[in-house]
Amino acid sequence: MIPVLFFLAAAATLAGALGVVLARNPVHAALFLVQTLIGVAVLFLLQDAELVAAVQVIVYASAIVVLFLFVIMLLGVDRAESMEDRVPYQRPAAIALGVILLVELLVLAGHEWATGQPTASGVPLEGGGFGGNVERVARVLFTDFLWAFEITSVLLVIAVVGAVVLARRSGQRGAPIDAPEGADEGDAGAAEEARV
Amino acid sequence: MIAAAPIATPAVDLWAIAPIIALVATGVGLVLIRALLRRNQAVTPVCFSVAVVGLLVAAGLLARQWHRVRDDGPIVSLADMVRVDPFAVFLGIVIVAATLAGLLLAYAYLRREDLEAPEYFALLLLSAAGMLMMTTANDLVVVFVALEVLSIPLYVLVAFDRRRLRSQEAGLKYFVLGAFSSAVFLYGIALVYGATGTTSLSGIATFLAGNTLFEQTTLLVGLGLLLVGLGFKVAAVPFHMWTPDVYQGAPTPVTAFMAAATKAAAFAAVLRIVLTAFPQYRDDWRPILWVLAALSMLVGAVAALVQNDVKRTLAYSSIAHAGYILMGVYAASSRGREAALLYLLVYAFMAIGAFAVVMIAAPGPDDAKHSYDDYRGLAVRRPVLGGLLIFFVLAQAGVPLTSGFVGKLELFGSVAQAGETSDYVLLVIGVLSAVIAFAFYLRIAWTLVTAPDDDTAVAAAYSTRPRRVDGWTGIVLAGAAALTLVVGVLPGTFIHFARDAVFF
Repeated sequence: MIPVLFFLAAAATLAGALGVVLARNPVHAALFLVQTLIGVAVLFLLQDAELVAAVQVIVYASAIVVLFLFVIMLLGVDRAESMEDRVPYQRPAAIALGVILLVELLVLAGHEWATGQPTASGVPLEGGGFGGNVERVARVLFTDFLWAFEITSVLLVIAVVGAVVLARRSGQRGAPIDAPEGADEGDAGAAEEARV
Repeated sequence: MIAAAPIATPAVDLWAIAPIIALVATGVGLVLIRALLRRNQAVTPVCFSVAVVGLLVAAGLLARQWHRVRDDGPIVSLADMVRVDPFAVFLGIVIVAATLAGLLLAYAYLRREDLEAPEYFALLLLSAAGMLMMTTANDLVVVFVALEVLSIPLYVLVAFDRRRLRSQEAGLKYFVLGAFSSAVFLYGIALVYGATGTTSLSGIATFLAGNTLFEQTTLLVGLGLLLVGLGFKVAAVPFHMWTPDVYQGAPTPVTAFMAAATKAAAFAAVLRIVLTAFPQYRDDWRPILWVLAALSMLVGAVAALVQNDVKRTLAYSSIAHAGYILMGVYAASSRGREAALLYLLVYAFMAIGAFAVVMIAAPGPDDAKHSYDDYRGLAVRRPVLGGLLIFFVLAQAGVPLTSGFVGKLELFGSVAQAGETSDYVLLVIGVLSAVIAFAFYLRIAWTLVTAPDDDTAVAAAYSTRPRRVDGWTGIVLAGAAALTLVVGVLPGTFIHFARDAVFF
């Protein structure tokens, strides 16, 4: 069962990754990215890393892709993506970096951790089993890191207030003082949202 | 399958975090009041009063904490994450005072510039809450979250005057560089955790005292990245690039608040991290701080010399001041810590005073004209205002009988006390920087006392009715001037205050 799942998820991940690179429509590329990220989440699940799998789905496959889609929609979906690079060395550089990453992963996969365990095999945490690392993180979050966890909530309030302040259309005095009408509007607001 | 073991939640000492709770509650309350009153005319005065009361409550709580922690030792709470000691309370008081100044200055300013006041007050208080979290943080994770809590409101506040392109630009710049420095800091935390297995500051020190690392690289790179991340926040050269643009573009009350409070909070983290967590590695971090201090003092002073904008000059001077304070950290002694704390206190008031005058004195609308030409002859036309600015810049220069002199003397003394050759070299660099800085402070003073040429543009700028000093700004100016003078004339009390505060 597990090998079958592994190959299915791996195939979906790879196909999605190819789709991201090859799709001409940016919305399709973003949706292929969802496929890749969910495939990776399944792979994490097979490694007993439930928390990472959940984070992968919640943060990457949903929040970040939604942001991508926002940007794509704001810039106009129907604009066909031009395949010509503005930066000439971008593509070779991307390929070179990809190859370096691949080699790195292959080298790492053949080695051992400092504790003597092989890097390639998943070693479940002691007391693991299903729910193991989720429970552990939850426990730490509400005991040792309670304060950090609580003050993060302040961060969320700030993010909301800040986004509202920056994104609200300034209806107070009309046009910007030292800028042409409409220029740069909501720039920092978008950036603020991206951070949230 | 959930294990049945009960979860032992940590003990929470509400006293320890009471000032933070007061500030956060006030900040959130302001947002609520704003939502309830909506377009009501009274919304700004009501929010302003609530914010002032919240700050005064926080100040009162800090004052009570001060006596308690000084007499009974530090309060450690919330699973060792919060550590309220004299050091934290001292800087907390500086921060709350600077926030109060930022608030009082803003009242007239926001009305004058027609900006949304309640949101400004709320963000200011939440940022101050983040700063208090930073001063009491005893864990790298808390330091990081506090760094974000204090920074994100600042990004928004810097860009608050969105119709002014300079303000937008400053906000975006500060945001991008600030996010970058946070990421660097986070990477540093990860590496330090990898090397020591803990993020607790005292835990790191305990681990390093009891174990010898086979391989130092991870820890040292981590420590370096932590210093880079905080270097951005204290605006130390070479991580100062954002400072002039942001200080110049931000609304002036925000600039005053940043110069005073952000510096205090960031230095709290620097002092705590290097002295609590890495005392065994002082031979590794001291050279880094040496370079940062020397570069900040020299670059800040020299660059300030060639500016044509008063706000920008003061921004560069704040970089030089960060360098002076770094000397106190570099000294790594209790005398150095005392000097750094005292200097953070006195610099906060000198900077607030100078920026308060800048806020009032700039001619024309929109907080945009701050060039030397705009300030020419200010002291002739408005003797009190011009005189105050001269007083504040001379204090920053370190003229005797002002707090700047006492502060610099303590800092230089703490470095001289260590007595190595490299210490004396740093001392010479510091004195050199102070001499160079004197030149541009005198240039500001000279500009203020010389009568304007008959340049029509300048004449036109001044043909408008001079801006009245409102009561709240008057209070800030009087308070800052009084403190700067009192520390300069009778430094004893304040030196004792700082001496009591060196204990972690």
